[in-house]
Amino acid sequence: MQRVDQLRAREARALPGITLPWTLAAAAFLLVAVLAGLAVGPVGLGVGAVARELLSHVPLLGVQSPLTDTEDAILWELRAPRVVLGLLVGAMLAAGGAAYQGVFRNPLADPYLLGAAAGAGLGATLVIAYGIGSGAGRDLRPVAAFAGATLGVTAAYLLGRSVGGRSTATLILAGVTVAAFLTAVQTFVQQNRSDTVQEVYAWILGQLETSGWRDVAIALPYVLVSTVLLLWHRRLLDVLAVGDDEAASLGVPVARVRLLVVAAATLGTAAAVALSGLIGFVGIIVPHAIRLLAGTSYRIVLPLSLAFGAGFLVLADLLARTVISPAELPIGVVTAFFGAPFFAVVLRTTRTVGP
Amino acid sequence: MHTRTLAAALAVLLAVALAACGADGESEAGQAPTTAAAETQAAAAFPVTVEADNGPVVLEERPTRIVSLSPTATESLFAIGAGEQVTAVDDESTYPEEAPRTDLSGFQPNIEAIAGYEPDLVVAGFDPGGLVEGLEKVGVPVLLQPAATNLEDAYEQIEELGDATGNPGEADELVTTMRKSIDELVGSASADAEGLSVYHEVSPDFFSATSQTFIGSVYELLGLENIADEAGAAAPDYPQLSAEYIVSADPDLIVLADTKCCGQTAQKVAQRPGWGHMAAVREDHVLLVNDDIASRWGPRTVEFVETVAQGLQGAEEQ
Repeated sequence: MQRVDQLRAREARALPGITLPWTLAAAAFLLVAVLAGLAVGPVGLGVGAVARELLSHVPLLGVQSPLTDTEDAILWELRAPRVVLGLLVGAMLAAGGAAYQGVFRNPLADPYLLGAAAGAGLGATLVIAYGIGSGAGRDLRPVAAFAGATLGVTAAYLLGRSVGGRSTATLILAGVTVAAFLTAVQTFVQQNRSDTVQEVYAWILGQLETSGWRDVAIALPYVLVSTVLLLWHRRLLDVLAVGDDEAASLGVPVARVRLLVVAAATLGTAAAVALSGLIGFVGIIVPHAIRLLAGTSYRIVLPLSLAFGAGFLVLADLLARTVISPAELPIGVVTAFFGAPFFAVVLRTTRTVGP
Repeated sequence: MHTRTLAAALAVLLAVALAACGADGESEAGQAPTTAAAETQAAAAFPVTVEADNGPVVLEERPTRIVSLSPTATESLFAIGAGEQVTAVDDESTYPEEAPRTDLSGFQPNIEAIAGYEPDLVVAGFDPGGLVEGLEKVGVPVLLQPAATNLEDAYEQIEELGDATGNPGEADELVTTMRKSIDELVGSASADAEGLSVYHEVSPDFFSATSQTFIGSVYELLGLENIADEAGAAAPDYPQLSAEYIVSADPDLIVLADTKCCGQTAQKVAQRPGWGHMAAVREDHVLLVNDDIASRWGPRTVEFVETVAQGLQGAEEQ
């Protein structure tokens, strides 16, 4: 029996990596998403004009930008930061989801597990409900959400450990418990301050409306650190997927790897959630769609989740901006409305089971 | 044979019931004038029936323990001299100062807590969670006055409050004054407003108000074009606009109704990414208004129209 497990573990290590066609597909998808995100919006700048504007920044081509000052500001100060933030948040949510699923061997795990989202929600709600009179509320929101997310995960982790079980089920149950408690507090605060309830809801539904490049600069370091750490551990995640004991027998420091991956995923997710609100579903459907279509090794799932998650969110935001233009839809509505049917189709056509 | 007996029995029952009703009605009608005669002149009009949004509301006597769950109604009640009849107002009723503010909520009303003030009239801005039905069940008349969508609605609500509280004269007077002031302001401002557009900001995440709303109807009256109307198909009243759209629409006037809630200032608006290019920001046509006045449809609407009219003078001079 032991022998069989070791064989399976070794097999897991030998799973094929990412293939060239998938690399190209991911790159093409990202490129299309970014160009579409820049070219289309509530204000019709014209695809051609945007293309010429982009080319005008390439030296030696001698292309003149056709955009007026206002159009230039719309493109570079409003639209571009939003596209870049979409890339960062989408990549982080999808890769974070994939990592959580691997580390907990639970197909339903996503960045919102372990109290990260509930904690972020409580932090943001507190700021919106009580801190707003000072006028600094909007600037404090990401900080509070980040603190809340970290607090939620830490509480879940400590609770899970104090119960004593080494199993992932204990940790997940602790996370569910902490999340339920934090959500209750958040709802209480929200109901108590009915004058700000609309703003709280807007944040909960998710939005990529940015305060320009500043938000991007805030998110970038966290997302980079988190991404590097997750990609670093992609092979170990493959081994962990087989089982704790099996991985340990192969010399993998299971507890340390799990803690590190969870910490990295939480760090990135918290930064993303803090800036964009609670955008659901990306962390579940993107990694699973990739498992079903491209392969189950984390050497495939993690990098492709980063790329497709990023592109998916940029396209979702494109719809959020344009469907009822010049009004806006919350992006969380779009990710679920278009993501759910898409995933249903993938599920039906492939008929294989996830991790 | 059987059916005929049954029919006869029913007819008798019906006749008795009708007679009982008639007698009841008579005794009430007979009673009212005698008690009214002993009361002050203000009560002479009672009982009154006020046609409100929730149908006819009957008030047997002049109410003296009014609970207002609507900040607008609170302002109007005090403006028509019914302030002394008000026992409690909701937590959002911040004006006037002397209004007896409590922790009652108009958004999530608790019927028991309201009934605890033993009101003889409750004025509500809307009817969440069966508020009206619940209060009527415990015998408290409710006047439902939902958000007005234009000035005429607002005037009508003030008249309703006047009738319901026994202050119809003061209510008439207030409406006449408001009407006159606003008509004058509109008359002198409409030339300034010609061809100008406005962006009304409800919150810093770009929620705005179309012409379908009360505040929008005021801009319409002034002759301003409202840039939020473009989004009317998506959200007919308070759409969330995209920043891109606002910047490219380049409105001549920006009205910030999120100064109190969210500390917005002309300076902060100028610092928003991309907004520095807008003409209204460059030429300082950013009006700061009190959120409360801009979100209510009470007597202080006159102040709001005045602020906008003054702002228009500046915008037109440029």
